[in-house]
Amino acid sequence: MSKKIISFALAATLGLTATTAYADILSDVKAKGYLQCGVTGGVAGFSAPDSSNNWSGLEVDFCRAMAAAIFNDSEKVRYTPLTSQERFTALSAGEIDILSRTTTWTMSRDTQLGINFVGTMFYDGQGFMVRKADGIASAKDLSGAAICIESGTTTELNAADYFAANGMEFNAVVFVDQDEVVKAYEDGRCDVYTTDSSALASERSKFANPDDHLILPEIISKEPLGPVVRQGDDLWFNIARWTYFALLEAEELGVTQANVDEQLGSDNPAIKRLLGVEGDFGTPIGLTKDWAYQIVKHIGNYGESYERHVGPSTPIGLARGLNALWRDGGIQYSPPIR
Amino acid sequence: MAAIETERQEPPRPAFYNDPVVRGLFYQFVVGALVIAFIFWIVQNAAVNLAAQNKTTGFDFLWKTAGFGISFSLFPFDRTSFYWEAFLVGLTNTLLVAVIGVILATLLGFTIGIARLSSNWIIARLATVYIETIRNIPLLLQLFFWYFAVLKAMPAVRDSLALPFDMFINQRGLYVPKPLPDEQFFWVYIALALALAASVMISRWAKRQLEATGQRFPVFIVSAAIIVGLTAVVWIVSGASMDFDPPVLNRFNFRGGIELPPEFVALAFGLVIYTAAFIAETVRGGILAVSHGQTEAAQSLGLKDGDRLRLVIVPQAMRVIIPPLTSQYLNLTKNSSLGAAIGYPELVNVFTGTTLNQTGRAIEVIALTMAVYLTFSLTTSAVMNWYNARVALVER
Repeated sequence: MSKKIISFALAATLGLTATTAYADILSDVKAKGYLQCGVTGGVAGFSAPDSSNNWSGLEVDFCRAMAAAIFNDSEKVRYTPLTSQERFTALSAGEIDILSRTTTWTMSRDTQLGINFVGTMFYDGQGFMVRKADGIASAKDLSGAAICIESGTTTELNAADYFAANGMEFNAVVFVDQDEVVKAYEDGRCDVYTTDSSALASERSKFANPDDHLILPEIISKEPLGPVVRQGDDLWFNIARWTYFALLEAEELGVTQANVDEQLGSDNPAIKRLLGVEGDFGTPIGLTKDWAYQIVKHIGNYGESYERHVGPSTPIGLARGLNALWRDGGIQYSPPIR
Repeated sequence: MAAIETERQEPPRPAFYNDPVVRGLFYQFVVGALVIAFIFWIVQNAAVNLAAQNKTTGFDFLWKTAGFGISFSLFPFDRTSFYWEAFLVGLTNTLLVAVIGVILATLLGFTIGIARLSSNWIIARLATVYIETIRNIPLLLQLFFWYFAVLKAMPAVRDSLALPFDMFINQRGLYVPKPLPDEQFFWVYIALALALAASVMISRWAKRQLEATGQRFPVFIVSAAIIVGLTAVVWIVSGASMDFDPPVLNRFNFRGGIELPPEFVALAFGLVIYTAAFIAETVRGGILAVSHGQTEAAQSLGLKDGDRLRLVIVPQAMRVIIPPLTSQYLNLTKNSSLGAAIGYPELVNVFTGTTLNQTGRAIEVIALTMAVYLTFSLTTSAVMNWYNARVALVER
């Protein structure tokens, strides 16, 4: 913990001593040769390291997609695991180039912290997990419960709102580090563990007996999770935003990692524009003409990334739901690339 | 032979720029100006950069609604409270664990320190093992141990361990009945205060008596009799009654009574165990610093064992013990910030954790927090320095 406080203070000091505004992140990233990406300490499916410290997950894929667009190489990413508390300071101090860490898009964050949200990689909502043995069927039964929460999250506020709105009491036990939150819940310090429902599913998949735990049906908040950049560099913001849209557009057009080379010969003008066969949309944002081709080639499209990391076939097992494309009943939607 | 006439004359006045006084003033001025310029530059730079990053700044957030809950506070706090109240909750929680920690660590530390000097081989070895083990394991690890290891060992809520007097212990903490004194208890408090004052006066009188006549007076027994006796008599006569609000098991947890959360217990326990090991070494060093001749001299005066320690050895040892003891008190207070790691809602957890994140005012929040710890530490130092001046060797 003390180490975290030190790095925190350091981050604050760095923010002080940097005398110039961060004008051109793309040039800086190209000069140093890699993208510094802020991630979670390990939320399976979103960003988590394996035993040989290779990071993977839906949000890691976003950083890799940006690296592919910039360097034509999705491996040129370095990861900085951050707690919820550290993330915004690390971003504004310039320790990381992009924050892709299950971060909820809210108005106060977007307008008061000097940051910009790029888009919504994952539409989520806050849920509750309880032990099946406790016989709880609904969040309305939770009055008086002890609830384990991670500090510095929208979760903390949503829980307080929800219990106040329903005239119930609760006892918030707040930890700085997510690992301690989960451990305290497992050890029985709390009746309930609450966070975004995707993260609940992810943590449950890591328990010794996942079937002993139940995620309650109530979703008590809107949690649009997305990547974040610093304010003040519109070019960098555009690169991040259109990397996200390219992932969606590729899925919509049926361009996959497997067929992308084949699709280079497609007659569909939209595909031609996406892959840089017709027109040039990469150069104006400081990239190459085939930027989107590189993204799909290295990462695949949004749907592929989703299926690979959090989809129904994974231990996390989340249906697409709101995160399906607009034409499939979801709300993921990309403006046209033209 | 004429005597050599030596005329005392003033040494030649040096040029003003070689005058030590002028030089001294000049350098002080330069250093002062540099420090001020440096501070100004930092503040200016921070302001410019924060503006460039489009961040809102200022302390106005303290009067906004906090919107989160805190598990343990000495006064009511909920989501409609303000941020300054959250600040106050963190501050009082830090103070609570620090004060209790300092008192218990001092008691335990003195006991262990003296035990290590014991002539009883087993007691001395045990004290040594305790000190060497505890001092050499990082405090954070010890806190995790007390919190997670002990938490796991505790029974679940429904299998709570019932202790005597309606007390319960489980994974959610320790529950004791809450005393509910009625209005008549006012008189009992007054009686208690009077009895305490009387016993202080008796012990002063007994000391003067001892010094003047050599007569001993059984201070302890008489004082105890007055305190217990007077209080009990007033309690009975005034008809004051003490009710208890016992903890009762609800659906999830106990309601009523006083609740001590495991975070608090683990943090206080960890801090006391850890700091006591350092205090023990300080005490041992202090006692060893008093030369053995003092003991022999006291013996030859015919002082009893207890008086020898109390009147000769300890007063001299305290001079050596106080300064490092102050450092240990300061360490304990600052180390209480590690409570954030095990979920105890002290200042770092509530304020630089949750509040900083919800408001994004990093510089303001960190500055306030640092000011609090600085104030705590300077106050502790001031009190201990005052005490040190009282026990310090007065040179005549």
